[in-house]
Amino acid sequence: MGAGHTHKLYRHGVSRVHRLPAHVKLVAAFCFVLVVVATPREAVWAFGAYAVLLAAVVGAARVPPGFVLVRLVLEVPFVAFAVLLPFVAEGPRTEVLGLWLSESGLWGAWNVLAKGTIGVAASVLLAATTELRALLLGLQRLRMPALLVQIASFMVRYGDVIADELRRMRIARESRGFTARGPRHWGVLARTAGALFIRSYERGERVHLAMVSRGYTGTMPVADRAGTTAAQWSYAAALPLAALAVCLLGWSLV
Amino acid sequence: MTPPPALEVAGLAYAYPDGHQALFGVDLTVERGERVAVLGPNGAGKTTFVLHLNGILGGGAGTVRVAGLPVEKPNFAEIRRRVGIVFQDPDDQLFMPTVRDDVAFGPAAGGMRGPELEACVQRALARVGMAEYADRPPHHLSFGQRRRVAVATVLAMEPDLLVLDEPSSNLDPAARRELAETVRSLDVTVLMVTHDLPYALELCPRSVILGGGLIVADGPTKELLLDAELLAAYRLEIPFGFDPGRA
Repeated sequence: MGAGHTHKLYRHGVSRVHRLPAHVKLVAAFCFVLVVVATPREAVWAFGAYAVLLAAVVGAARVPPGFVLVRLVLEVPFVAFAVLLPFVAEGPRTEVLGLWLSESGLWGAWNVLAKGTIGVAASVLLAATTELRALLLGLQRLRMPALLVQIASFMVRYGDVIADELRRMRIARESRGFTARGPRHWGVLARTAGALFIRSYERGERVHLAMVSRGYTGTMPVADRAGTTAAQWSYAAALPLAALAVCLLGWSLV
Repeated sequence: MTPPPALEVAGLAYAYPDGHQALFGVDLTVERGERVAVLGPNGAGKTTFVLHLNGILGGGAGTVRVAGLPVEKPNFAEIRRRVGIVFQDPDDQLFMPTVRDDVAFGPAAGGMRGPELEACVQRALARVGMAEYADRPPHHLSFGQRRRVAVATVLAMEPDLLVLDEPSSNLDPAARRELAETVRSLDVTVLMVTHDLPYALELCPRSVILGGGLIVADGPTKELLLDAELLAAYRLEIPFGFDPGRA
């Protein structure tokens, strides 16, 4: 099964990290991110240490570093806000490259940027080594409310179907000579969005009918129940525990 | 004692909550192992009828029995195992991330687990010739493959009655022939709802015409298709160039 049969964030591979059960990886990644967020922002070196830890996991998972780095781009829209902070924050100012910037703003920006990047890198790594379906099953095993898991699973299943529907609607629009040029055409786009919403809603009703017809009563059956060994848990715990040591050191040195 | 018919519908009437009456007293009996086509133009009440067969719709007059078991709320779990409905749009039917999960959904909802479930999934996929696609996500299959997987999802539940809603719609001729071969190879009672008359003739020795919410004709498919007046009265048309007498 090549990459064409899975999602874009996943990279097929054979490694100990790939083989770990999804729920174990989820817990490890979540704890790691919690520890990173709890680190004092002044302990700049600690974030370097986190990056090294992640790089070690990348190595163990045999994922090419470029694969992770390219996917970090998806963070950009979220950190744009961080760039504004040094300009708008209050407090004493300092000169950086000829600009007078707020000191607390600079620390704030660094805080968002560093923790955000480490967090996104951990998530990208989790996604690169775990298939979507396994992630959903993992969430289910971690007792995430069944309804939320179902919603996520439908998003996965129908994302492409709806995107395809939108594409067909765009082609139909353009085939009749319409191209969106400026705000005067936003009305047409809004109506397209409305039509897509109604279509998706109606599809939801039909899918529900099909589910009820096959005995759905509100819960999804969990198909696999493979056990988890203590060795797997301890292997996965290595990352968050190492991070915790860095974090505690960071607090004691600040 | 002879076993009860696969399907017995008596005096079935239904009006939608908005007052639109779709069924006016449908009577239909299908014996075990029969393949019957329900013919009718768009809007004749075909889909409404189908949704009564497993209790999705109900509350109107009349009764429906599947292999002797009345379609009533206390029996819904068993009824939905016995009646397998394949809906028109496979994207509505296939809602799980992979083909395997989707085929497993019905049996798993019925409590099946482990190797037994896996064997059941494999068997159902093999019956429609899709065994090697178990790990694919449904949206990476062609339309015809998706429809065959949709058939597998209900076959996995070992239904007594297989209901196909417009099975030939949107299929290219090859996919259409493959599906026909699949249906013919199944040892199960089939109710096929369609307005594709050549397909009905190809697969179903017996047909009924649903018109205006009633069964208005019931007989050998060939005889019905040769009755031009009857077909015209219910907006059914033989496609250009097709001669049911010589098929």
